[in-house]
Amino acid sequence: MAIAKRTDLGAPAPFEYAPAPEATDHVTIAPKYDLFIGGRFVRAHSRRRFPTVNPATEEVLSEVAEADEADVDRAVTAAGDAFRTWSGLPAARRARYVFRLSRLIQERARELAVVETMDGGKPIKESRDVDVPLAAAHFFYYAGWADKLEWAFPNRRPRPLGVAGQVIPWNFPLLMLAWKVAPALAAGNTVVLKPAETTPLTAMLFADICQQAELPPGVVNIVTGAGATGALVTGHPAVRKVAFTGSTEVGKLIQRQVAGTGKRLTLELGGKAANVVFDDAPLDQAVEGIVNGIYFNQGHVCCAGSRLLVQESIVGPLLEKLKQRLGTLRLGDPLDKNTDVGAINSPQQLRKIEGLVNSGVEEGAELFQPACRLPERGYWFPPTLFTNVAQSSRIAREEIFGPVLSVLTFRTPDEAVEKANNTPYGLAAGVWTEKGSRILWMSERMRAGVVWANTYNRFDPTSPFGGYKESGFGREGGLQGLLPYVELAR
Amino acid sequence: MTERLDVRKTYKLYAGGEFVRSESGRSYRAEDANVPRASRKDLRDAVRAARVAFPGWSRRTAMNRGQVLYRIAEMLDGRRAQFAALLGGGRPAGREVDAAVDTLVWHAGLTDKLAQLLGTVNPVAGPYFNFTVPEPTGVVGVVAPDEPPLLGLVRGLAPVLCGGSTAVALASGPRPLAALCLGEVLATSDVPAGVVNLLTGHRTELLPWLAAHMDVNAIDAAGCSPDELAAVEEAAAANVKRIVLPEDGELGPWRAAAFMELKTIWHPVGV
Repeated sequence: MAIAKRTDLGAPAPFEYAPAPEATDHVTIAPKYDLFIGGRFVRAHSRRRFPTVNPATEEVLSEVAEADEADVDRAVTAAGDAFRTWSGLPAARRARYVFRLSRLIQERARELAVVETMDGGKPIKESRDVDVPLAAAHFFYYAGWADKLEWAFPNRRPRPLGVAGQVIPWNFPLLMLAWKVAPALAAGNTVVLKPAETTPLTAMLFADICQQAELPPGVVNIVTGAGATGALVTGHPAVRKVAFTGSTEVGKLIQRQVAGTGKRLTLELGGKAANVVFDDAPLDQAVEGIVNGIYFNQGHVCCAGSRLLVQESIVGPLLEKLKQRLGTLRLGDPLDKNTDVGAINSPQQLRKIEGLVNSGVEEGAELFQPACRLPERGYWFPPTLFTNVAQSSRIAREEIFGPVLSVLTFRTPDEAVEKANNTPYGLAAGVWTEKGSRILWMSERMRAGVVWANTYNRFDPTSPFGGYKESGFGREGGLQGLLPYVELAR
Repeated sequence: MTERLDVRKTYKLYAGGEFVRSESGRSYRAEDANVPRASRKDLRDAVRAARVAFPGWSRRTAMNRGQVLYRIAEMLDGRRAQFAALLGGGRPAGREVDAAVDTLVWHAGLTDKLAQLLGTVNPVAGPYFNFTVPEPTGVVGVVAPDEPPLLGLVRGLAPVLCGGSTAVALASGPRPLAALCLGEVLATSDVPAGVVNLLTGHRTELLPWLAAHMDVNAIDAAGCSPDELAAVEEAAAANVKRIVLPEDGELGPWRAAAFMELKTIWHPVGV
């Protein structure tokens, strides 16, 4: 077997790629950004600002305002005032505004992609080909629902809830904004959005897009800040609907915070998805799917396929191919069009990844990392793979949110199901096999909100996304994604 | 001639398909009867029974679950006089039994409609077949309202069973007898053991443990007071439970949907 004879596992790619950096000269990042409240950029009452940093260079890109209680109150009030007019608009008119947002995102797609990559560290090919097009598509999809809501919920009159307080993470900043804002607006709600503190810039560009779209003032309000600001948004008494995407730990805090308030809540939380590969799987495709599943966006993906479950009979050949493929991943400048693995989003996240990887080594798992030069500046972590992982090991149980794959094995389909479901999470799962009936059998039994069969990490605005168990509740995307933003009256 | 001395019934909890006294040996007085006062341990045992029953019940075909729900309606209807008497007799009591039977029949006919009402085929922008199906959420804690004791409980149980989840129900505290007799109906209706578990006792004693139990996936909070609801919602965060409020979907398919998860499956299209 040709593959078995290879000895260059983990060696650098046989030839170097010339740099292919994406141009940034068409992008203007302001030295500072204010809060976006009532359709205008306004100075924060707090008078405080914090820097946002390019994680690939450690350069400060801009300074954004840190919203305090008075600022959040102002934003919620603006959203509350706007709710009366926005929810009363003819639905077709509301649809047109949301369509405009979608078109403006498309028109400014490259600018958004470049800023997303600079602010968050993700490879430009991902922000350009995945994040931004999906964000535009999400607005376009929900725009079309705005004047068709009565057909979405038979025998009920769907009514908007009011002001939605939305807190989003740093891994897909603009896309998560779209997932939150698009269905909320289409259903007639107004929003106060709190972007993640390490990735506020595309939200600030989106504020500008709202102005260009001449969206009525107060329909979208954006308050920047850290967790404390987020807690003010979700805790504000005039917020009727809370939507959060982030860690299970913070999700539980929010669930406690809104207890007894009558606020509606949806949570999209963490995951520890099993990616199950059977012995009849098309191995080359599976390897690509495994790589896409865990190294896409540096593994900063809540549905990342972070637990690889391999049928015992093919562990050898699969790992060999996988390790070889890891050696060809290009890590480096996120703005380079050839980059596969970009920068870790923040020093805090880097420390978390390093801590968990160290725990894996200490607990006896076998570490593999391809030979790979890390840039001098910035926050980086090489693609990492652990074999000989116990189910009880922290790296098999805890969400790492980094480019770290834990490989476990199984013998029978029942054992695969047992191990796949052996987690408090239930966001996503993958299965690789050529046998159709087995795909359906596995899909039925794996307790997760999304199952990718012979593919991984695909997203679409028409496709509902969300978790079972401690991965949260509520769906985003599709007809089902409207439900969290309406009440169903008789 | 001596008067016939009737054989009185010992009321028991219904858990894991068996009629059992509280492991605590305690009882309390309600409706002129000694009623088992379930303990925290009884609650945990009931949750375990519900968890064990879940894979089997959730994997029954929707058609089969409909048949079982219909069978419950048949058995309840057959004991209409007994239940009406338990509920105080007279026309209101009869109407409550009828409404409970109606609720069961309505849900018996809903089981195999849910996937078609809630599921979708999603036209994703790429070469993938993508569809969404509802699946039962798991073990559900049903906090039945004190009144109406039978109908309130049946309205809690039917949507849960309909979608394939299993239930641990806290029955009416002051009027528990109808609930305990419903256990006899369930036991003779081909409902698998553990699918429904009925507990009576002091709600204040049981509710915090139900709300915080790490193996309960959702709670129907219909019977909770506002204060209880706030406490239940807070405790529920420990494992991100779904909390279903009385008004959620009333008794339409949206209520059954509230005890279901949506699963989306992707597969490439190609040759």
